[in-house]
Amino acid sequence: NFKTEKKLSLSGPKTISNRNLATLSLAEYDYFKYHPMEEISNWMTQMEKDHPDVMTIVDYGKTYEKRTIKLLKIGLKTDTKKKAVWMDCGIHAREWIAPAFCQYFVKQILQTYKTDTKMEEMMRNMDFYVTPVLNIDGYVYSWKDNTTRLWRKNRSPGPSSGCYGVDLNRNFDSNWGTVGVSFDCNATTYCGTQPISEPEAQAVTYFLGTRIDDFLCFLTIHSYGQLLLVPFGNPNFTASNYDELMEVGQGAAEAIRKVHGQIYRVGSSPDILYPNSGSSRDWARIQGIPMTYTFELRDNGTLGFLLPEDQIQPTCEEAYSGALHIITYTHDKTFNGAIAVTGATLWSMLLAVGVTRVTM
Amino acid sequence: MGLRSFVVLAVLICAGGRLTAKMGLDSSARGETTEGLDTLAVEEAMGVMAGRELNPSFYEAQRAAHVVPIYLNTRYGSPYKVFQLESVHKATVEDVGDTGRRYHLELSVKEFISDTTEKFTAEVFFPLGEKQLPPKVQVPSLEKLTKINTKAEEDTLYQKYKTKTPLLSSDHLPDNFGNMDPDMKPFWYLCIVASSFIMLKESTENTFYNMAQVASLTQMPTENDQLKFDSTVLLHDMVSQEIPRWKLLFTWSPAEGVKALQMEQQPRCENC
Repeated sequence: NFKTEKKLSLSGPKTISNRNLATLSLAEYDYFKYHPMEEISNWMTQMEKDHPDVMTIVDYGKTYEKRTIKLLKIGLKTDTKKKAVWMDCGIHAREWIAPAFCQYFVKQILQTYKTDTKMEEMMRNMDFYVTPVLNIDGYVYSWKDNTTRLWRKNRSPGPSSGCYGVDLNRNFDSNWGTVGVSFDCNATTYCGTQPISEPEAQAVTYFLGTRIDDFLCFLTIHSYGQLLLVPFGNPNFTASNYDELMEVGQGAAEAIRKVHGQIYRVGSSPDILYPNSGSSRDWARIQGIPMTYTFELRDNGTLGFLLPEDQIQPTCEEAYSGALHIITYTHDKTFNGAIAVTGATLWSMLLAVGVTRVTM
Repeated sequence: MGLRSFVVLAVLICAGGRLTAKMGLDSSARGETTEGLDTLAVEEAMGVMAGRELNPSFYEAQRAAHVVPIYLNTRYGSPYKVFQLESVHKATVEDVGDTGRRYHLELSVKEFISDTTEKFTAEVFFPLGEKQLPPKVQVPSLEKLTKINTKAEEDTLYQKYKTKTPLLSSDHLPDNFGNMDPDMKPFWYLCIVASSFIMLKESTENTFYNMAQVASLTQMPTENDQLKFDSTVLLHDMVSQEIPRWKLLFTWSPAEGVKALQMEQQPRCENC
């Protein structure tokens, strides 16, 4: 009986016994299944235990419901202050493929750096700060039952009764409240009562805010739509390094296409998708992090947020390729000086780097 | 190349493709009426390029093009035939006085069960006005997409469920993990097609609809040889990010295709 089966195991076709939380072995961790928050937390703990030389869990805030927001800081430990790459997943609860990708990304870089000299070099020169689930309350809520699966926002109570949740990707201090938002607390794109009114947005803002000069790259992972979005969401502003962002973005889209043939469109949010304000990516760019992208993973709308588990692997593989393209470019630009650009773009890039922190 | 000569060249290329699709000509027939075609091509071309050229990758072209497979679903969709946008190649938009905006699109649409793709030109007209009216879609006679043979599967499914007891009843297709019973897949496809009637009706230049999930599907007794279903479908509008909920009563048979009988938007679910 379909309904009875569902009651026993909200986790889909596998039974509870397959998800043995107490004795989780990393070797058995299935990166191609969706995991509830408890399993992801256990995975993080286990990863830190298994890779103490390159990994540390950092607690950097609390959600509205008082859950601790954690990231994995990954890199070869050195005495010097290192440059860094930021990746966050699950800012929108229903976009389950995003946290799956963050976990895959971590696994992949840990696996690769031991044999791949390029990854080893990047791990030496940079630290990767990966937040597998940013909007923990929302993610937990989306696992509650089949009526909550399509929740997007966080779970803070709104200004009036019955109103729940703020769209965290409209709550950052980046042209907050100007476009692509709703001031109705019932709406899915409700931007909150003021910029960084939400503890989850505060956590990212304060953590990065004191370390902004270290960060070269900021990738925020979402679904769906198969897009690579560059700043800014407000159409009245163009990033000073827009050309560079587009060129590298197109390179990433090409890297993605080579894996499984999927097309990802590249452009600013207002051009490709819709205008918006208060996004974390825009905030990161305004603060001066030069290479900032929003990834919208599979699919194109057929299954949308409910991407089947048999698509987790190919989606992660192609997204990894795209992310790696951007990260490698960012790394090489900073550390090698050996960049494959034309004369014209090299000059404009030098200018862009120089004025990055002055202009928007 | 000067702008004007580029435009003329571009319109001739566009128009050539568009005319071929419209007239359903094969390459041998085209050769016979070349002269006539060129004159016609330029005249048609003036219409094609009227208005503003759009970047086919940008939202305006994408939103307009997205309506085309939705329209094709309402006309030709079935439990074994569902259309989606593959890509947009070219797009222009023009104002039609105060009445609305007309998009000319060169696009590729795929029927995803058979993996058949066809490239053609279409027009989508979005009416302006106080009250939202559905867009009007014009497509040429299609060579591939309308000729996909799904008769055997459709007849089998139809016969099985025409007199089925108990009647089919299901919910949450797909489930939270994107999975569904293989036996239910044709009904999920059927719901995408039926939802297309809603999505077509509700589409504007500021929406971008997909069906997010079938919340519930209940088969009702067969009426006038049509399989009949009562359903609640959850749509996703990418632009507002909302999940509109609709009650939808529809019928299907291989002979008549899908027909939407009643559509009613449900109140917003506060904690969904």
